[in-house]
Amino acid sequence: MMAPDVTLAIATTGLSKRFGAVLAVDAVDLAVPTGARYGFLGPNGSGKTTTLRMLLGLVFASGGSIEVLGQPMPRQARSVLAQVGALVEGPAAYGHLCGRANLELMDAAGPGAPRRTRRARIDAALERVGLDAVGRRPVKAYSLGMRQRLGLAAALLRAPRLLILDEPTNGLDPQGIHEVRELLLELNYGGTTIFLSSHLLAEVEALCTTVGVVDRGRLVVQDELAALRRLTGNVVVGTPDAERALALLDGRLAHREADRIWVQADDPARLNAELVAAGVRVADLRAERRSLEDVVLAVTTHGSDRIAGGTRIAGSTR
Amino acid sequence: MILVELRKLIRRPRTWLTIGLLTALPTIVAIFLATTKVAPRPGEGPAFLSAVLANGALYPAAALGIVLPIFLPVAVAVIAGDSVAGEASAGTLRYLVCRPVGRTRLLVAKLVSVIVFVLLAVVVVAGVGYLVGTQLFGSGPLSSTSGTSLSTTQATLRTILAVGYVGFSMLGVAAVAMFLSTVTDSALGAALGALALLVTSQVLVLLDAAASVRPYLPTRYWLAFVDLFRDPVLWRDVGRGFALQAVYVAVFLAAAWANFATKDVAS
Repeated sequence: MMAPDVTLAIATTGLSKRFGAVLAVDAVDLAVPTGARYGFLGPNGSGKTTTLRMLLGLVFASGGSIEVLGQPMPRQARSVLAQVGALVEGPAAYGHLCGRANLELMDAAGPGAPRRTRRARIDAALERVGLDAVGRRPVKAYSLGMRQRLGLAAALLRAPRLLILDEPTNGLDPQGIHEVRELLLELNYGGTTIFLSSHLLAEVEALCTTVGVVDRGRLVVQDELAALRRLTGNVVVGTPDAERALALLDGRLAHREADRIWVQADDPARLNAELVAAGVRVADLRAERRSLEDVVLAVTTHGSDRIAGGTRIAGSTR
Repeated sequence: MILVELRKLIRRPRTWLTIGLLTALPTIVAIFLATTKVAPRPGEGPAFLSAVLANGALYPAAALGIVLPIFLPVAVAVIAGDSVAGEASAGTLRYLVCRPVGRTRLLVAKLVSVIVFVLLAVVVVAGVGYLVGTQLFGSGPLSSTSGTSLSTTQATLRTILAVGYVGFSMLGVAAVAMFLSTVTDSALGAALGALALLVTSQVLVLLDAAASVRPYLPTRYWLAFVDLFRDPVLWRDVGRGFALQAVYVAVFLAAAWANFATKDVAS
């Protein structure tokens, strides 16, 4: 787990939220280190969005405490949130105004936004998200991807110390997803902590340094990605001489799929030398790591959007 | 934040469309009156209409009387009902609150913007009423509804008072609609709720069986602005109307604030 002396951008203790009879968030202790890229994962309806809304002072907690950037929330909302950029459950804008007018209004609405620098900040933010040439067309004529980019621009407007993003690549094409990932990495290298909620495992795996997983309101995993993706103790070998390899590795074989074999071995280099010495041609060879998907599937149940009462879909693993 | 809300109000096409429609109705009425010269008999139809044929300078007051019972409160209920619920359903409310805009601050800004809209609407209706009235009917000798003559200054002053009174009368509707706007995420629902209250009130005002509650109904003293054109001015109902509206405004704004300040923004 996390070392306790690391300064935290987000820290919650026993954070809970009850909606009537339903405990949507149940005693969550988030610890998001300053400077991290934190991936917040969980099935639909697991309490991700409610947690995120509590961090931003939109929803009031039923129990527990929240500190964001070292200050209590929602008590210090005015000074905390001025340093936070957020994208919550999709972008929103006034449809009859153009993107720039929307950014101007939002910027002028709150604290920490000097008017003197507004135009330059808006230009910079629009350029960063690739909307600088969009002109004066109203937002209602934007595509989903453009709205998403505008939402990101709004989050970036005041060079926030912390970005809280809910599904930031929603509606973007592969090129756009790549651009957003590069942008977030660049901001993170510049010192911005990133808290990203998603159900796209690949997105989190490609971007994040730390991962938290919620399931039915409880935080079931919270660790560094590198630690979660530990070695399985197997080495995967691709070879056209699978039969010869099998004979050689008798007893150490874990699994085989055509000309790909899983071997129990601690040292891939020694295994490789052994195989080659025995005349087995090795096409590729790597130490196997647990995928994030394995980690998440092992600790979560299915999402609340799955209504069927029967068994799980055939072929899916658990 | 208040300036931001005013910019939103001004840049919204709907604001101007509503005001345009509000001024269109008295203008249409004036055109019919001027072409046919058939005025309603005194005591029938909207206030002042029987007198405007003789004197167009009374038309601002007549125009207010035309839009006051239905058109103006509907417009105010729609704008005020949209104030918070509209932001919620557009999704912009969550971005305003985590921008951060304090919830009380947001509500005050919304209130100011609604008040500005009401005043703007009433002033434009009265102003256009004056232009239309003097152009179509000419300005003859001025007289009060009691029959005595009024100087131009007196008439102007009384028209300004009437504009203020009608504007203030609308704030009760606005407060109710704003409260409902913090309760529901549907702007239409909030506007309809406020209108339901008004229609109920207007029905009960006319119902003798409901005489015991009549003095407390929000629409009871709306037409008291007519008393401002009597000679001498009959202040009693105007004063009561003012006090009653103030109570409605205070109660429903307090409720709106209490509800919104502690509400989970889940939209």
